[in-house]
Amino acid sequence: MSTMDGYNFAYLDEATKRMIRRAILKAVAIPGHQIPFGAREMPLPYGWGTGGIQVTASILGPADTLKVIDQGADDTTNAVSIRRFFTRVAGVETTARTGEASIIQTRHRIPEKPLREDQIIVYQVPQPEPLFMLEPRRAEAKRLHALADYGLMHVRLYEDIARLGHIAKAYDYPVMVNARYLMSPSPIPAFDNPKMHRMAALQLFGAGREKRIYAIPPHTEVHSLDFEDHPFRPIRAPHACALCRSTDTYLDEVITDDAGGRMFVCSDTDFCAERQARAAPQEAAE
Amino acid sequence: MTAPLLAAEGLTLRFGAIPALLDVAIDVAEGEVVAIVGESGSGKTTLLRVLSGMMTPDAGTVRWLGDDVHAMGEAARRRLMRTAWGFVHQNPRDGLRLAVSAGGNVGERLMAVGARHYGNIRAEALSWLAKVEIDGHRIDDLPRTFSGGMQQRLQIARTLVTRPRLVFMDEPTGGLDVSVQARLLDLIRSLSRELGLSVLIVTHDIAAARLLADRILVMRRGRVVEQGLTDRVLDDPQHPYTQLLVSSVLAA
Amino acid sequence: MTPALRTEGLAKAFTLHLQGGTHIPVLSGIDLAVRPGECVALWGPSGAGKSTLMRCLYGNYGAGSGRIILRHRGRDIDLAAADPRDVIEARRETLGYVSQFLRVIPRVATRDIVAEPMITRGVPREEALARATALLRRLNLPDRLHGLPPATFSGGEQQRVNLARGFAPGYPVLLLDEPTASLDAANRAGVIALINEAKAQGAAIVGIFHDAEVREAVADRLFDVLPVQDAA
Repeated sequence: MSTMDGYNFAYLDEATKRMIRRAILKAVAIPGHQIPFGAREMPLPYGWGTGGIQVTASILGPADTLKVIDQGADDTTNAVSIRRFFTRVAGVETTARTGEASIIQTRHRIPEKPLREDQIIVYQVPQPEPLFMLEPRRAEAKRLHALADYGLMHVRLYEDIARLGHIAKAYDYPVMVNARYLMSPSPIPAFDNPKMHRMAALQLFGAGREKRIYAIPPHTEVHSLDFEDHPFRPIRAPHACALCRSTDTYLDEVITDDAGGRMFVCSDTDFCAERQARAAPQEAAE
Repeated sequence: MTAPLLAAEGLTLRFGAIPALLDVAIDVAEGEVVAIVGESGSGKTTLLRVLSGMMTPDAGTVRWLGDDVHAMGEAARRRLMRTAWGFVHQNPRDGLRLAVSAGGNVGERLMAVGARHYGNIRAEALSWLAKVEIDGHRIDDLPRTFSGGMQQRLQIARTLVTRPRLVFMDEPTGGLDVSVQARLLDLIRSLSRELGLSVLIVTHDIAAARLLADRILVMRRGRVVEQGLTDRVLDDPQHPYTQLLVSSVLAA
Repeated sequence: MTPALRTEGLAKAFTLHLQGGTHIPVLSGIDLAVRPGECVALWGPSGAGKSTLMRCLYGNYGAGSGRIILRHRGRDIDLAAADPRDVIEARRETLGYVSQFLRVIPRVATRDIVAEPMITRGVPREEALARATALLRRLNLPDRLHGLPPATFSGGEQQRVNLARGFAPGYPVLLLDEPTASLDAANRAGVIALINEAKAQGAAIVGIFHDAEVREAVADRLFDVLPVQDAA
């Protein structure tokens, strides 16, 4: 294990890491509340996960095992790039197995396999402010959070039901954390929201362009907003995974040819592979 | 005599050298409509802003049910403005969410205080739209598709949905056509009676004050020059300025 | 018997600031008393101040000096010095006023205008509307007008609306300013009957009756209102 010459462990200097850790501590102390932090220039542009990378860099130690996923997959371009980045600047072990990772950095999905108390999941967040589209004034949005004045978000959901008959948010579905702060869970599918509730692992959220960090400590109450007569329902494609036959995981729709052929497969590649592996010996025995 | 709901005394506010309010006192009792009239620059709008906590005076206190409005903190004031108080702005666009449907506008205050049943919220919104004479079929329309008078009535519905005890109104009929004004005044009159509301209305329209108010305060250059029973002040004005104001009103 | 309404040394003057501060005294040293069941007619030449006195009694004009004592809720209150809210309460429950002119509220139907004082006093809406309709009919106002706002009515029709509004609640004290001015003989008779019924029910009435026939039919005594000599 060796890191690149001229770079501190995990790229960021220690003072920056300290600043980010302090922000993380504040975030953990106030679940769901956005903490501003002095985001640094990273060797990739905004919109590519700079926030998540800075959080990971600040908590990463030589003994950690890192998993990086993008839309549930370990083998997509971004996941590969970020994993290689940390290999070069930190020299840490990396893995695609959810169960073997101590830190999981993710873009837009939560792994299907339940996480443990000794794990940390770091989310990449484009827009940390759940009220952004409803209250464009930042000063006013801050006041609404301070006063827990969230009628506006319920109005948005009301509008969806009035217009479409149901709540239309399929991803980045707003949640109430610890019954106090309204939070954007990042653009994970609404299907993943229930996993956040009382998750055993620590959940950290980093937004690089907007320079905000927030957190959900382990075992915290997280509830998706809804109405009594229009309760929250996790949505997934009504199919079984073509590879592992799972009917309760989030699926990707893959176009297989240009004749309209398609198949549905688990978005979480590791989980799907594990299920397939468990099924294979049985099939071989048949 | 029971204690007034809102009581203010000694209110003074200067903008630099300009005295906007000079030692103004006013109170509003339960179920009472009080009009503050005066010309531009009289201080009436400033008074309304100070009374509703939007501006802080240099001196004097405003008490709501005995509590100092300016000492209670912004959180408490905002809660008040969402529950026991209402504010109808002169321009309905300042009091409405233009990108939210009529039903959403009316339902927002309910949702802000914890209403979580969509069907009930919608039913309540429909009933309020009917009360302000807006066709229920427009419940999902955006306010920008409404006429000025309709927007103003929507603002009133949005304000009254949580059954406030006191409603502040800032020139609610300003900018509306005369026939539309009549309808709006009639609506305010009947709703305030029906709901037992207290209303504090700022207007330069003496005829509107006569129609709506039990008591009237006449303001000039930051001071209250005369006040009392509305018909007494308007029919038997004592102060020279009040006499001037009343004699200047054109009769239709 | 205690008067329902009385004045002590009531005086009223107007100062017209817009006319260089011209001072016009109108009433001086008025001591009037009306008992329940009694009708007092104000009597005097035109311009002497009869209407001014009426408006002072109602609180519409402020008294210059003196007291106006009304028996209200079993106690005496001085309307001249009373808080505006107390005056409003007195007008709601005890003191009614039928003026010469009907101030028209846009868009409100005649029937609702007449019913409103009753509703404010706590009468259920349906009952108030029924009584309003009955009284309007009694005053010969055709049914087809009951649902219209009175803005376009004739003077006589508007006056009958005013009368209905004033008589319907059954006030203990009633002020009537030229109640029959625009009415024909048949309708005048109807008003005389209303006044006498109110008296029989114990109402104390102060009225200005230009018409001798009406005055003689309802007034128990006359009260002189004479022009004040301008000493200024």
